[in-house]
Amino acid sequence: MTLLSVSGLTIQRRKRTILRDVSFSVGPGELVGLIGANGAGKTTLMRAVLGLLPAEGDSSLAALPQKARAQQAAWMPQAREVAWPVSVERLISLGRLPHLAAGQAIGAADRAAIDGAIADMGLEPFRHRTATNLSGGELARVLIARTLAQDTPLVLADEPIAGLDPAHQIQTMRLFAGLAQAGRSAIVSIHDLGLAARHCTRLILLGEGRLVADGAPGDVLTPDNLTDHFNITAHFARSEAGLIFQPLDVVGMD
Amino acid sequence: MTRLMLILAGLVLALFAGALVIGPANAPYWDSLSALFVDDGTPLTLVMREIRLPRAILALAIGASLGMAGAAMQGYLRNPLADPGLIGVSSSAALGAVIALQTGLAAAYAFGLPLAALVGAVLGVLLVLALAGPRGASITLILAGIVVSALAGALTSLVLNLSPNPFAASEIVFWMMGSLADRSMDHVWLALPLIGLGLALLATLARGLDALTLGEDAAQALGINLTRLRLALVVGTAAVVGASTAVAGTIGFVGLVVPHLLRPFVGARPGALLWASALGGAAMLLAADILVRVVLPTKDLKLGVVTALVGAPLFLHLIYKTRRQMA
Repeated sequence: MTLLSVSGLTIQRRKRTILRDVSFSVGPGELVGLIGANGAGKTTLMRAVLGLLPAEGDSSLAALPQKARAQQAAWMPQAREVAWPVSVERLISLGRLPHLAAGQAIGAADRAAIDGAIADMGLEPFRHRTATNLSGGELARVLIARTLAQDTPLVLADEPIAGLDPAHQIQTMRLFAGLAQAGRSAIVSIHDLGLAARHCTRLILLGEGRLVADGAPGDVLTPDNLTDHFNITAHFARSEAGLIFQPLDVVGMD
Repeated sequence: MTRLMLILAGLVLALFAGALVIGPANAPYWDSLSALFVDDGTPLTLVMREIRLPRAILALAIGASLGMAGAAMQGYLRNPLADPGLIGVSSSAALGAVIALQTGLAAAYAFGLPLAALVGAVLGVLLVLALAGPRGASITLILAGIVVSALAGALTSLVLNLSPNPFAASEIVFWMMGSLADRSMDHVWLALPLIGLGLALLATLARGLDALTLGEDAAQALGINLTRLRLALVVGTAAVVGASTAVAGTIGFVGLVVPHLLRPFVGARPGALLWASALGGAAMLLAADILVRVVLPTKDLKLGVVTALVGAPLFLHLIYKTRRQMA
């Protein structure tokens, strides 16, 4: 069973090809880290996969009707937009919209999903706070909780841990890993290669307008890939505490 | 939440009754109301049924229209300064009316003016939809609205500029201030179906507007069809604002101030704000129309002037409150 299959996806914007012929599929129980330098097309790929951008080729999600898609995959955009001063609880409850029929009010199952998401992200003390008054990191956690409340087999999150403190970064990655262990899957774009190496079950590297590598973290974060696509060298070690990855120096940038 | 609705509904009901019994005829309140329901053969029944009732119904319906359209527009654009006039419908309806006044169409046919205003509104909204393009983004809608508003405003000025007849010019200026005086039941029947249709369309937006709190991308991923939402918003707003402008002229500030005022009471949820603003707008316009009759009964004070006079300081107060919060 696959949760998402993408084949031959080519995305052009303003007559420029951003990504060419990208194919991959995601099964249950995977935490896929989407990595690549700035402008490599991580956000573009996720939006196209979700059907938010026109693209050539096939994405099983984009092919679904909009409502079915919203029950299959949740999306956390990079922009942490909250337009109105609503309470944290109300904001998180928006994640239940795809599960409600027209005119249906929030029920017991929805309430449980909302409470679960609040507990998962440790937001109980914030439940009745106004979302627009939170700090950037707190708001990011609220928006992740909103995505979790949607309770979909697949979660796509665009840089979910940017702006979080180290403890919450690790906690959030563990949470996504926990989803994967429970049989759901997540695709997260991420710049912190150390955290990606430690927590993701699989990495997809984008560069030069294509999918460069797709596999286990140790196989993707090779010295060649790091120099060619990130312009860095790094220290990479396997210890009893897991994979340790530390960027060291910049190379080949002039 | 439901308490707020009850309070607002009660307020609207009281003001509606007030609008029926307060007026220059100066009859006792109870006699007025009974004359409305029982034809007692006196002129009072005529006054109640032909003058005050249509006026009160129009104040209620137009106030609700402006309030709900304002809340919908603010929710869609995620901007508390948006107002239903933003998509150019009120200015293009006004242009239609002005042309009717200038050409004498308004004088020749009883419904020349409102019908010309409706034609203006329809042309304006078609132009906005064509300019805004097929996709659901909000920025193109704002730009298209600005273009149509500016164009309609310029053409209105042109008509005034070229008007050889000073009476027509002053009539146009007074009409544009907005009023509900001397409107008949025929005006009600002309405006009410369109307003009902528009309000029903706008009321369907609640969920989509809630989802838009998270931005356009996230709303789409929550299963909201933004293209359909924007179309319903534009057509609904055009129906209510076009019909309102056609029978009452341009009445400002209701659509801007009422949603802003009520937002804190609904927990800032744009969906819940729709009905609250409809009730609040009805209350504000009924109150303003009573004020018009009480303050300067002999001077034909214009309704749009009063809403602006009341609305601007209210808005000022809100700005100060926002500034205090930001400090």
